[in-house]
Amino acid sequence: MATLTTTPTARPGAPALRTPPRRTGQKTLVLTALVIGALFAGLPVLWMLSSSFKANPEIFASPPRLLTEGFSFDAYTTILTDPVKLRFFGNSYLVAGSVTLLTLLVAVLAAYAFSRYEFPGKKVINVVIVSVQAVPPITLLIPYFGLMVALGLYNTYPGLILTYMVFTLPYAIIMMTGYFNTLPRELDEAVKVDGAGPLTALWRILVPISVPGLVSVGVYTFMIAWNEFLFALTLTRTEDMRTVPIGIQLLMGQHSYEWNEMMAMSILGCIPVLILFLFFQRYFIGGMTAGAVKV
Amino acid sequence: MFTSHAQRTPATAGASRATGAARTDGAPGTGGPPAPAPPATRPAWERLKRRLTPYGFLSPTGVLLAILMLTPIVMVIWYSLLDGVITTRNSAFVGFANYTEVLTDPVFWTAARNTLVFTTVSVVAHFAIGLGFAMLLNTPLLSHRVKAFFRVIYVLPWLFTVAIIAVLWRLLLNPNGVVNYLLGTVGLTDGQTEWLANPSTALAAVTFINVWAGYPFFMISLLAGLQGIPRDLYEAARVDGATPFQQFRNVTVPQLRPIIISMALLDFIWTTQQFALIWMTTGGGPINATEMLSTFTYKLAFSRYEFSVASASAVVVLLASMVLAFFYVRHQKARD
Repeated sequence: MATLTTTPTARPGAPALRTPPRRTGQKTLVLTALVIGALFAGLPVLWMLSSSFKANPEIFASPPRLLTEGFSFDAYTTILTDPVKLRFFGNSYLVAGSVTLLTLLVAVLAAYAFSRYEFPGKKVINVVIVSVQAVPPITLLIPYFGLMVALGLYNTYPGLILTYMVFTLPYAIIMMTGYFNTLPRELDEAVKVDGAGPLTALWRILVPISVPGLVSVGVYTFMIAWNEFLFALTLTRTEDMRTVPIGIQLLMGQHSYEWNEMMAMSILGCIPVLILFLFFQRYFIGGMTAGAVKV
Repeated sequence: MFTSHAQRTPATAGASRATGAARTDGAPGTGGPPAPAPPATRPAWERLKRRLTPYGFLSPTGVLLAILMLTPIVMVIWYSLLDGVITTRNSAFVGFANYTEVLTDPVFWTAARNTLVFTTVSVVAHFAIGLGFAMLLNTPLLSHRVKAFFRVIYVLPWLFTVAIIAVLWRLLLNPNGVVNYLLGTVGLTDGQTEWLANPSTALAAVTFINVWAGYPFFMISLLAGLQGIPRDLYEAARVDGATPFQQFRNVTVPQLRPIIISMALLDFIWTTQQFALIWMTTGGGPINATEMLSTFTYKLAFSRYEFSVASASAVVVLLASMVLAFFYVRHQKARD
């Protein structure tokens, strides 16, 4: 490998710019770098996967082995037959799903206003929404605690759902506005000429053709809500209200030696996000960068 | 709603006509009234309704942000000026005493310093690794399929919640874990390092974990940016005899600069707020070695139940973040 990689890159400005050996050499160099990068990114994940199938005593075996003789699904069985742990997953699906639907609904309405209307205060409201992303969660945590207790929403689903919307909404509005801006105004104006109101134009015309945008915003929103830790930790109290990230922490606290169970729980905990990502990669990356880069 | 429209009609008619005219002038053929009738003959409440429509669409967002953003910020500032909030019924006004207490606490300054180190190193490393990987994935040398495969692997760390990342790295960095085994075998360390429990390595360890977890965000944005650079620019540079390094410095970097600045500012804002990773790996220890402003504030509130002092600390963090947000918003505006 070393001989292949050193020779071709020696003279970058040399006249023999497009000769085949140079290209092969470059290719090898790039592939080598890609593989090293993949080890950095992927090995820890592979180790998590492998550990989830090990019996506990083998986790710290020396020398470490990626594949073990004692391969088993025991850790998964333990989690999937434990009603307390299944409840963590149920809570996470319920909360993240509700946050996603509500965020989409509210964000589509706001994005329509930003994309199709000029009105006094538009710039100010826009700046407020962008700045909201910079408000530190820890600043909001203490008043939220007071507020949720006062409103009777402490340790409830609505409390968590409402809380998460403050983090998902600004981003969703920015992304959705960007998406609507790419759609020609003639589309929805045409319906209005026929006497329909703006709400009809939005619901009948814009929403159906915005499915790719809605999907990318939805996936991103779901991910934020699924992964949230700080507020789930503070605004819920009883075990039956905990979400997956807190469940993992509880598992770590209770029996900190059951590493295989913790890894299995982690694998199960990232499956929804992984599936969403793999299926909607294209939409998702496009939407995300559009939102993040253009605002 | 409708009765109030009727009552207010005479007062608002003039104002609405003015903005209606401005709108048609400003954006001919797009924002103007779709109806064939000229605006002057339309009933006044119709115009008022049109003026209010965008606010109607924004009202759910407005209500939510007022409840979830404005109220809490006012509350936390008010809390920070009182003594014994949440824990006692009668809290007394104490002015800036809570701020004095926070700002004279040496642990606060340790946390501030740790946050700065953690954030700066993370952002620089996120950028360097993100750009490196993005450039590798943008190479024309390899097929689409190979690149797609590597892209999925490179994005992996980003798909895990911080709680999972924390547990995973606690396993890897365990004294008997695989990292120590590998480093010990190569002879780089004694193979028994307690990365997260040793005060001299803990901050570096949590920073490394954060770097691992956060570079994909940069990578994906930079990859999109790289793909958006017109090929002609490179062709032109090559014709002028630019070396690959010169092409990188004079074409790639300037083209990516707006994305780089946006990403760096966003990442800086978000990394200063990191809580879960620290909480689940070291909890701020050992001996405050990884204490961050977020964990410091959290402990004040929810471990020591000093909600008033914690509120003061939270407001200080908010002010610092607002300075960063100001630069971010200004940068975004400059780009429009």
